[in-house]
Amino acid sequence: MTVPVISAKGISKSFAMVEVLRDVDLDLMAGEIHALIGENGAGKSTFAKILAGVHQPTKGSLSINGARAEISSPNAAQKLGITLIHQEPLSFPDLSVAENLVLGRHEGGWLSRVPWARMMQDAQAIMDLLGVRIDVARPMRGLSIADQQMVEIARALASNARVIIMDEPTAPLTPKEAETLFVIARRLRDEGRTIIFISHRLEEVRALCDRVTVFRDGAKVVTGKIADLSNADIIRHMIGRPLKEYMHKQGTEIGEIALDVQGLSLPGVFHDISFTVRKGEIVGLGGLVGAGRTDVARALFGVAPAASGSISVNGQRVAITDPSQAIGLGLAFVPEDRAVAGIFRSLSVESNITAAAPGKISRLGVIRRGAEKAMAARAITDLSIRLASPRQPIGELSGGNQQKAILARWLLTDPKVLILDEPTRGIDIGVKAEFYDMIGALAVKGCAILLISSELPELLALCDRVLVMSEGRLTADLARGEASQESIMHAAVPRSGVAA
Amino acid sequence: MNLLRTLLIRREAGIFVMIVLFCLAVGVVKPQFLSLNSLRIILLLVPLILIGAMGQMLVLVARHVDLSIGSILGLSAMLTGMMFKFYPEIWWPLGFALAIGTGTALGLFNGVLVTYFRLPAIIVTLGTLNLYRGLTYIVSDAKQIDRQFVPSALKSMSQTSPMFGIPWIIFMSLGIAALTYVFVRHSQVGRQIFALGSNPVAAPLRGINAARVTLLVFALSGALAGLAGIMYASRWGFVNPSNTGNGFEFQVIAAVVIGGVSINGGSGSVLGTVLGVLLLGCVAAALPLLGIPGTTQSAIYGAVILIALLIDRSVRQQGIKSLTGRGVPA
Amino acid sequence: MSARETAVRPAWKIALYRPETMTFMLLVLAMFGASALSPYFLDIAYILDSFTLSAEFAMVALVLTMVIICGEIDLSPASNMALSACLFAWAQSSGIPMPIAIGIGLCAGVVMGLINGLMVITLQLPSIIVTIGTLTLYRGLAQVIAGDKSIRVPDWFIGINNWIVLGTPFTVLLFAALSLALGLVLGTTVFGRQIYLIGTNEIAATHAGIRTKRIKMSLFVAMGLASSIAGLLTASRLGSVRYDLGLGGELQMVLMAMLGGTYIFGGRGTILGTFLAAWLLVVASTGMTVANLLPAVQLTVLGILLIVSIIATNFIYSRTQR
Repeated sequence: MTVPVISAKGISKSFAMVEVLRDVDLDLMAGEIHALIGENGAGKSTFAKILAGVHQPTKGSLSINGARAEISSPNAAQKLGITLIHQEPLSFPDLSVAENLVLGRHEGGWLSRVPWARMMQDAQAIMDLLGVRIDVARPMRGLSIADQQMVEIARALASNARVIIMDEPTAPLTPKEAETLFVIARRLRDEGRTIIFISHRLEEVRALCDRVTVFRDGAKVVTGKIADLSNADIIRHMIGRPLKEYMHKQGTEIGEIALDVQGLSLPGVFHDISFTVRKGEIVGLGGLVGAGRTDVARALFGVAPAASGSISVNGQRVAITDPSQAIGLGLAFVPEDRAVAGIFRSLSVESNITAAAPGKISRLGVIRRGAEKAMAARAITDLSIRLASPRQPIGELSGGNQQKAILARWLLTDPKVLILDEPTRGIDIGVKAEFYDMIGALAVKGCAILLISSELPELLALCDRVLVMSEGRLTADLARGEASQESIMHAAVPRSGVAA
Repeated sequence: MNLLRTLLIRREAGIFVMIVLFCLAVGVVKPQFLSLNSLRIILLLVPLILIGAMGQMLVLVARHVDLSIGSILGLSAMLTGMMFKFYPEIWWPLGFALAIGTGTALGLFNGVLVTYFRLPAIIVTLGTLNLYRGLTYIVSDAKQIDRQFVPSALKSMSQTSPMFGIPWIIFMSLGIAALTYVFVRHSQVGRQIFALGSNPVAAPLRGINAARVTLLVFALSGALAGLAGIMYASRWGFVNPSNTGNGFEFQVIAAVVIGGVSINGGSGSVLGTVLGVLLLGCVAAALPLLGIPGTTQSAIYGAVILIALLIDRSVRQQGIKSLTGRGVPA
Repeated sequence: MSARETAVRPAWKIALYRPETMTFMLLVLAMFGASALSPYFLDIAYILDSFTLSAEFAMVALVLTMVIICGEIDLSPASNMALSACLFAWAQSSGIPMPIAIGIGLCAGVVMGLINGLMVITLQLPSIIVTIGTLTLYRGLAQVIAGDKSIRVPDWFIGINNWIVLGTPFTVLLFAALSLALGLVLGTTVFGRQIYLIGTNEIAATHAGIRTKRIKMSLFVAMGLASSIAGLLTASRLGSVRYDLGLGGELQMVLMAMLGGTYIFGGRGTILGTFLAAWLLVVASTGMTVANLLPAVQLTVLGILLIVSIIATNFIYSRTQR
């Protein structure tokens, strides 16, 4: 038995009290391509980042070639021969390809000479080795994502990496580009290097990898030879968590069509998306990250309008090019990234809650403080937002309470159609349950709800219907009875020639 | 010859063509513009701007801006002039040490405020622009350093010539440009300036010391403005507390942005900057010949900055278009 | 995330941590210091009279405060003042009736604000560099129009600053009225609230249906209008117009906003702060004049104050909230 290149023992990782990785043991061997696979948030990326020195484990130990090792930073990882290739490479667009390859690895003082001729030769040599035709003297700017990834791989080789981690490298690539990548990955394996390949795409994993490790809920479920596992096995391992009991809303009248989307397209992003959401109906939108779900939501809300297709709200055809217009039509949108597009961090909870409904708290453009206070206070009680004072900056609240405040903001606009994008991400279990109740209650009141979520149990428990997107297209429209973890997953996995 | 090609298909060729076309156009109207003599005039207009532009280019490449260089020029020139006035016996080349030293210190002060207090460079240098100008008045007691105090050896640098009748200060400024070229192209830290401006987030991850690089560009910008200060004394023979260096920063920024240095950091070249300075010099030399009053100069600098911004934007947008890819990190 | 349900700070503590408090205390300190230098200083009329010299800048600084809170900056207003005033003076000296000449001046200011706004908002260029460009351009154009000569304005137009209303020079009164009006706009209206929201998080503001482009554009236009009014008032005070009218004024305006606690990165600041800071600056610089300090020293002090005030406000804000 050979010594593993990397041996992880009992690796755990918590962020702010939330455990995202639990007690993972894994041995990676030289000369293998090892797939890490799992749902979003299953912990595979966190594990990879620990290997690459981006994060430090809370518990557990790592050995490299049998010797204990601390990987304290990306630089330390690189010295140990481990390189992580990001999906969107961190490059210096204005510098030449050759410089991007060597930057940060020079020896000598800061006034020492840049050995241009040797650098160019070495860079060209590595590119030739990879069999990639990129002019190493040209600037990085303007290279395709595929070529940028090649440069990153070349950089890993230039630093003589023994372990190369690729985090969903094929997501932005065309099939042909992906095939080139595979050829190179196999060659690197045959040279005795270890490739860790993180992917959603079972087909690719099967074509490329030797062994596979499945993650679920922060823990390793199984490691095995790819030949020994069927696709159905892998999917079962990925989603095998017991269904938690959520109360489905009861006794709701599903009414007329509130939102009708026909043939919505934005070239390169999503294509020919058609669906309807009725009053009182909760429609789920499932799929993998990057499938285009958020882009559809942003198009509906006018943040980044679609190029073609039609949207009707309550039977009226509308053209939405700006969020203020969408709000006027009765749409509301709780965006996925709370910190970037949701909260006003340094402002009070009160003004955060009333931000989208200026008409309700003002007369002739002048804010009525009393009305604002009362309105915010009612929202805080209704949604049981926990805080010290309504005048407290919202940045001081916990993530769940911030999210409730944003939901409160939209409830003040009396939405007819509510779009929720991953509303429970990064939120404690207890608060999640409260959210589910609120969403159910809204539907009962006749609101049409489009719920984007990567959590299958959430979709299954809450939704009357589940749509699934994959690679920018709608691939399934499942009624409550038909929707299951398996059926959603099968529709979500790209180009799924997956036999159940 | 790939390297040469990538250099030329960029902005530099465009500026060069603009210079040629401009000179021909003016030459058609006023043939005397195409004489050796007017070349001399153009060349005499540019050395100070060229030296200041080298420093400003480094600062802009690192994604900052230095508005205080005119005042640094003024204060360095004033201190040097006062040294000549009160210690007439002193060995005159020491003036260079004093001017450059003063400039470096003032530039470092800017750099410290930007780096360690995390303040935007534009506000810091707007403050020090006035602070240094005020200090110039204070140390000089608002008095000008007149011609008789400036050593004649220093003044003659702007008149006597080692060859082709081209004065020393022009060779000096070209020498500075050449040194800057070697520095940004062939030293490790020179490349780090570009890397930092190109991607400030990634730079520290690749082991680049961002604080040190930022301090360095401000110190260099200050040092070069100081050098321009003593050359001002050489060129004009006097130092005035209010005029010397006033508005210098706008001429320099105009020249640098025409030269294709991006205000978004990360890109710019010495050759482009030199050509930008020359184009500005040609315009300045042509105005009086064409009977356009000198009062339009400032408006032209302003218009030039805005036009260069627009060009920069369209170039950058093409870059962004080609870079944009799809996919959300998991 | 760590400080979840932190206890509320007592109201007095919140008030103490506000940068306006710092401005106010500095103002009191400056009054004491100045009156120690010269007994004149206790004379209100003297202070009011000194204020007329800075009143025009102070008015523009009020609008600038709103621009900075909104997350942008405008360094061109002093040049705008010069160009509007030059256009006005040139128009009336070439025989155009006064009301139309004044109209030309004001329209020019609005157009200059529009140009800034278009470049920043429509073309998405950074306001800091755009307005450095227009700072040079507008003053340059003023020089093209006026040359190096002074243009006289009619006698009746001169001396609006000496026009005393309610015992107060008219321009000072105008400044006070404008402070009150803009303070109300910023503090009590939806428009004002949205300025803070945009300055705090522009992306979130767009998602909340706030028309960020429209609001920013209106602020740049307001900036242009305020600058041109200030330019005309300055012309009236000086009695003649030269291209260097208000030269370097952008420093004083930015300084008033910064000293009043406006946060350079947007989202925070008040009109009250800028109002107090304007008085602080006037008292300090008049005090320095009384103490026979050279104007040059005052320039130095202004430069130091600008840097110290941004460091101080950054510090206060980083202490009270992260």
